[in-house]
Amino acid sequence: METAYESAKKRKQAAQKDIAEPVKKYRIKSLRKREELSGFLFISPWLIGFVALTLGPLLFSLYVSFTNYNITSKMDFVGTQNYHNMFFNDGLFWTSLWNTLYFVAFSVPLTTAGAILLAVLLNQKIPGIKVFRTIYYLPAVLSGVAVYLLWMQLLSPSTGLVNTALSWFGIKGPAWLFDPEWTKPALIVMKMWSVGGGMLLYLASLQGVSKAMYEAADIDGASAFRKFFHITLPMITPVIFFDIVTSLIGGFQIFQEAYVMTENGDGGPVNSLLFYNLHMWNKAFEVFDMGYASAMAWFLFVIVLVLTVINLKFGKHWVHYGGGDEK
Amino acid sequence: MSTRQHTPKFYETMSFRRKMKKSFVLFLLILGSIVILSPVWWMISTSLKTPGEIAQYPPSFMPESFQWSNYVKAWQTAPFTRWALNTIFITVCVVIGNVVVNSFVAYGFAKIRFRGKNLLFTLVLSTMLIPGFVMMIPQYMLFSKLHWINTYLPLIVPAFFGNAFFIFLLRQFFKTIPDEMIEAAKIDGANHFQIWWKLAMPLMKPAVITVAILSFNGAWNDFLGPLLYINDEKLYTLQIGLQTFKGTVQTQWHYLMSASVLVLLPVILIFFFFQRYFIEGSNITSGTKG
Repeated sequence: METAYESAKKRKQAAQKDIAEPVKKYRIKSLRKREELSGFLFISPWLIGFVALTLGPLLFSLYVSFTNYNITSKMDFVGTQNYHNMFFNDGLFWTSLWNTLYFVAFSVPLTTAGAILLAVLLNQKIPGIKVFRTIYYLPAVLSGVAVYLLWMQLLSPSTGLVNTALSWFGIKGPAWLFDPEWTKPALIVMKMWSVGGGMLLYLASLQGVSKAMYEAADIDGASAFRKFFHITLPMITPVIFFDIVTSLIGGFQIFQEAYVMTENGDGGPVNSLLFYNLHMWNKAFEVFDMGYASAMAWFLFVIVLVLTVINLKFGKHWVHYGGGDEK
Repeated sequence: MSTRQHTPKFYETMSFRRKMKKSFVLFLLILGSIVILSPVWWMISTSLKTPGEIAQYPPSFMPESFQWSNYVKAWQTAPFTRWALNTIFITVCVVIGNVVVNSFVAYGFAKIRFRGKNLLFTLVLSTMLIPGFVMMIPQYMLFSKLHWINTYLPLIVPAFFGNAFFIFLLRQFFKTIPDEMIEAAKIDGANHFQIWWKLAMPLMKPAVITVAILSFNGAWNDFLGPLLYINDEKLYTLQIGLQTFKGTVQTQWHYLMSASVLVLLPVILIFFFFQRYFIEGSNITSGTKG
């Protein structure tokens, strides 16, 4: 143990030595090095996670997709056989792909348009607007099995709320989850209920559109319609773009709804709710054909990647980045 | 409408039209609110009805008599208490992991200078574009090799290795801390670790709470994870429990709905108490995307 005096003396000497140091650059360099080191230290949890939980498994599954891996015993290289079976010998693969594309093609545009419309309505100066925002956002936080059970009840053909409400207008509602023609629309209706989540994103961006633009348009006598299409929409295109990219990726993930709302995830009437992921799930965890399931996973990855790249390419043509905004 | 000049009638004046427009919007919003809230009302009212009343046609909107005992019976029909405790345990671990680790990583990306930072951050963002389902099968293979099946480790451990969206969210907030403040703390002898914990975290409390709430919701509602990794009924979470319960009570909707209300209750309570933090999360996402 050194006394306080001694350590103070030592520090003073060290400080003097520092000042006397002829090569000052060295110190700066070592400081920068320490900064670099702590930078890597701070991001290391993510870096390790990325390698161990994302990149590694992803590459391993690419290899597995060319084998007949079944977790316990087999792991022989079978070439492109899984992919061949997928495209040519598995009718359910095409059914599941079709079901998923159907769902994405309707749910993404409908929820996007719905969210924008709702955000415009909720961006007005009206008494109690905050209460309305809370109400419309509420369904977005409600998710999971409880909500699916609720919708099974709401969509019940005879005593459900949806068909009861339709009957007030003289419409005889369909059998929803029991009619293969109506199972996917049923899920889209359910998705529309929680459109408030996207709404909040648009609302935030609408509030960022400068008032001056609307005032200028008012002076020119522009109609509300024109203002919406020539000011509001272009100004929020970055958020529309973000929303479409993420909800497209999300749309391809549809699984839980179908799993819970059908009997033990069997795909519903005439396999009309057998989504891509449900089929992949059955292959992976019902029959443990990991090679085949990995091939399916990789094909899904490629589809989503291609769609995202197309999105990014086309985005350049219609997304408007306002001046002064942080990119 | 008309091009000729004339004194506007009362219904042509600006203030009248504005009032009309506002009343119309108000009307739409009230109508929409009823549509949005009716499923929630339906859930609560069904949970309080007798089976006979649920089956009757046309359905009633208000239960004839409130069957509060449905709640008690539903809860006792299955080990819901055990499942609730399991869910709470997992959720607490996940929230702690997400808050601590993501803010730590985000601080690194926001406030420390190192080579390759921008490239790495782009990599973080691009992982958001990988569909979760693509990762599910390879991760399952990894965790089964580690013998983590039927434990909570696959549900909890990944939360301690960062989440791209939360890192992005927190980085946007941390970036708003002035560099001068960090420099001043450094001159006072603080290292980055101390600055992160003692300066950045308290300063960015709202952002940290936002992440905590979003990850609470994610963990509480997680269905896929427990479905995949948990086989033992004693280890079930509420989501999987509810799914099993559906198989047990079949179409006894009064029980299904009362159990559903109870499972959703914590989420609803947190939403009403901490609404503004949900909005905070959306603001930062929409304001900086592009």
